[in-house]
Amino acid sequence: MAYCKENTLEYDPELCNSCGICASVCPHGVFKADKGKARLVAPSECMECGACAMNCSAGAIKVDSDVGCAAAMMKAALIGRGASSCCS
Amino acid sequence: MTSSRITGVDRLIHALARAGVRRNEWRVSPGLYRLGAAGPDSPVFVSANYKLSFDALREALDGIDCYIMVLDTKGINVWCAAGKRTFGTDEVVYRIERTGLAEVVEHRRLILPQLSATGVAAHEVRERSGFRVTYGPVRASDIKEFMESGKASDEMRLVRFDLKDRAVLIPVEAKSALPIALGASTLAALAGDPVAAAGITAASFAGFAGVPALLPWLPGEDFSVKGFALGGLVALAAAIAALRDDGSSMGIRLLRAASYVLLLPPISAFASLNFTGCSTYTSPTGVRKEIDTYVRLMAGMAASGFIMYVAQRVARAAKG
Repeated sequence: MAYCKENTLEYDPELCNSCGICASVCPHGVFKADKGKARLVAPSECMECGACAMNCSAGAIKVDSDVGCAAAMMKAALIGRGASSCCS
Repeated sequence: MTSSRITGVDRLIHALARAGVRRNEWRVSPGLYRLGAAGPDSPVFVSANYKLSFDALREALDGIDCYIMVLDTKGINVWCAAGKRTFGTDEVVYRIERTGLAEVVEHRRLILPQLSATGVAAHEVRERSGFRVTYGPVRASDIKEFMESGKASDEMRLVRFDLKDRAVLIPVEAKSALPIALGASTLAALAGDPVAAAGITAASFAGFAGVPALLPWLPGEDFSVKGFALGGLVALAAAIAALRDDGSSMGIRLLRAASYVLLLPPISAFASLNFTGCSTYTSPTGVRKEIDTYVRLMAGMAASGFIMYVAQRVARAAKG
């Protein structure tokens, strides 16, 4: 489903080593890596989970994978950086 | 030693966990579990120690001789634990060492749930432990097909957010919202305003249950907007009820109706905004934008609605 097209995902194909793991770990099909270097096919679908960046050994992917919990963010906005976690 | 059998007690625990009853306490001890006649060539699957996660995995592995290496994710499911790095590179490497896995199996391969990729750097696990990580499908139910075909289809690698996925989250949302909602509506009822009591209950329900259930069919992409929309319907009904002739002047009735229109939608919208935390596709960037865009609006509407409500009550009482 569509949601906020802007996100912090950055991909540099120059650095890609064609391992294809980004396409395997992305839960929303943002990357395709069936032949050669990975391609960003659906960047607006990115939910910033960070799986791609975490597993890119070539350092070609960067994303701010922060806690996505609204309650945690609002708490942090009110009482400062102390509250980072969600309900668990 | 474990089995693929899921008992009635297991299912009861699953239901309790889904209802938010002692959710973090349903844990499995970390360590290595043997399924069937697993031997040194058998595959090794890795799991979180949240009972729901572990049970989903072992049930899906029915008939497969294998090992399950359970990590200490503090009783939290795969994806949330991965986000917090408890289902992380360090824990995987540590658990391999702690269970002596290298002495139990001759191969050096691990199969991890895809959603753990958020917290696990596969190449780093390889460097540090010698074990090579393969990411299995998102859903345990696809594991059999994954093992048979040797790979995951594109469909297996996508996370969905269908009605069924959304519906199981409602009890946990209800658990945090209901006490406040019932408390507030009881106060309204005691203050002699059954319409307000019903409105508060309905707006809360719209937020923690209506929006999750009807998500793709509600207007807008922002969860807050969807909440405002559904809450708006509740407010409309309450406003119409407030305009009925109850002996007070039209002015007072209009003020009461307006107060409902301002007070009720923010309740639903706020609960909906919180639902983003359970969703499987909202980005933190988008949620932050929603907070920046709508929270002050919600607070402002609720505050002015409350002032108007008090004003019409005072005016009503003054009239005698």
